[in-house]
Amino acid sequence: MTFFDLVRKNLFRKKLRTVLTTFAIFVAFLIFGVLATFQNALNSGEESASADRLIVTNRINFTLSMPISYVQRVAAVPGIKLVSHANWFGGYFQEQRNFLVAFAIDPQTYLDIYPEFVLPQAQRDAFLHDQGSIIVGKPLADKFHWKVGDRIPIKSSIFRKADGSDTWDFTVAGIITPGKSDVDVNFVAFHYEYFEQTRTFGHDTVGWMIVQTESPKVNERVAHAIDAMFANSPFETETKTEAAFNKAFTEQLGDLGFIVTSIVGAAFATILLIVGNTMMLTVRERTNEIAVLRTIGFTARRVFGLVLGESMLLALIGGILGLGGAFAFSFVLAKLLAGRLGALAFSPGTALIGAVLMATLGFLTGLLPALRAMSLDVVTALGRK
Amino acid sequence: MTDALMTLSGVSKRYTRGKQTIRIFDRLDMAIPRQDFVAIMGPSGSGKTTLLNMLGGIDRPSSGEISFDGKRIDNLSEGRLASFRATNLGFVFQFYNLMPMLTAAQNVELPLLLTKFNPKQRRERVNAALAVVNLADRARHKPSELSGGQQQRVAIARAIVSDPKLLLCDEPTGDLDRETAGEILGMLQTLNRDLGKTVVIVTHDPEAARFAKRTIHLDKGHFTEKDLGA
Repeated sequence: MTFFDLVRKNLFRKKLRTVLTTFAIFVAFLIFGVLATFQNALNSGEESASADRLIVTNRINFTLSMPISYVQRVAAVPGIKLVSHANWFGGYFQEQRNFLVAFAIDPQTYLDIYPEFVLPQAQRDAFLHDQGSIIVGKPLADKFHWKVGDRIPIKSSIFRKADGSDTWDFTVAGIITPGKSDVDVNFVAFHYEYFEQTRTFGHDTVGWMIVQTESPKVNERVAHAIDAMFANSPFETETKTEAAFNKAFTEQLGDLGFIVTSIVGAAFATILLIVGNTMMLTVRERTNEIAVLRTIGFTARRVFGLVLGESMLLALIGGILGLGGAFAFSFVLAKLLAGRLGALAFSPGTALIGAVLMATLGFLTGLLPALRAMSLDVVTALGRK
Repeated sequence: MTDALMTLSGVSKRYTRGKQTIRIFDRLDMAIPRQDFVAIMGPSGSGKTTLLNMLGGIDRPSSGEISFDGKRIDNLSEGRLASFRATNLGFVFQFYNLMPMLTAAQNVELPLLLTKFNPKQRRERVNAALAVVNLADRARHKPSELSGGQQQRVAIARAIVSDPKLLLCDEPTGDLDRETAGEILGMLQTLNRDLGKTVVIVTHDPEAARFAKRTIHLDKGHFTEKDLGA
């Protein structure tokens, strides 16, 4: 037998109580893990943003378009390496619940400016040379069982073709994989030219421009120069770093950080009370046993360690189960929500924060009971029966 | 007194409750020779258990000195006192005080967790201690699966497993029937006679006291009779 065995046996001596308390901790960590994973997914755009990329949108609202002539004018601003553009398509596959993040892009510049969207060279070449082709993110290809060479119909909830149809047919030229784990490739992209030739309205406009600067140091100057160039025009622009743009986009859903912190905070405050109260009760019930341990030679510090160890072990078991559940849940959700949400994956960062929370929960819930056990008056406690 | 294992010199014990001071002992002197078997008797509230607690280093005198093996223990720190108890003393309680979630062997092993013995040495000592109390075949049983007498034998095994010099027993037969009580007291007598353990028991039962070599009567903080059973 070891001290750990003693801690473990103490913890499981009232199995139902331990199971219920563990379940409460499990739920708290499950909530934390799932919400943190969602938050990470929503923030993935901000985190994976490149420091030397700027996004130029219509100043009134980013859903409004700008003349395509802006692309050439922006490209002439000193400090800019490359400019690309994209349009929102409002796409879905077969039925509206199969919503797709679909863009009409300028293929060459778009792929150059986003090296983190990885395409095999042959697929890239095929895409660049076939105006009727499309590239699709791997999660979407997996979800809809698309393969290179497949003909797929993509419908638009916004645009119509000249024949009144809302369906564009494309050949899958390539499957995009993420260059890093936090890169979101839940989208499809096709040629702007094809889109431009077939749509019935909105001609010669782009949704937004993506600008690659020579260095992040010149970002501010370039952004000012772009916005100044179009000031007082019918289509004023607003230029932000990619990270700022993605952050603002996510914040449309509300302050997710605050929401997550509030929910997780409430869950943990409740758990703190439940587990803390349980541990206090446990120590109170074992007053006589603790006195016996002290009598046979266990020091106050060792008794403190035994009680604290018990609460730490409890938090660890419940926490690991909860984070494991969140991991499994996010894995399933990632499959189900492919195309709707960014890189939905349980991150090592979430696991690390979870581990810190486990240690904190275990320490806080065990501290008072352990201090109580440590400072027990042995003579009085032995006299109780 | 020569070759005393434990001595009390001028020990007083007072409690303060509100404005009232309650005097338990006043300037008590006592010596417990090595290999003695002494029974401390007295009416309820006479201070028997308080005396035992002070001998065991779990309570401190208000004044006076307590020495064990020639060294003072009443002025030791809490940590050193705990270490002293683990090394030199074995405790047997009226209600056995075994850990319900541990087997008999694990209960006996508890004091050895505080030693440097390796698991194999610990196992050998536990087996030996259980054999002394004739419970080797109950090693894997939990306290709830044992009778009162068997539980008290496990408690005795726990008290002797680290080979202490002194066994302190607080009403060790108080929760047992007459026959089982006789077995337990006989076992303590054997430990004293054959293994040379010094035994101090607190009891209010004259029958129990007859197993001791001598009896000390404590009443109103004073010893009234000595060496009755020697």
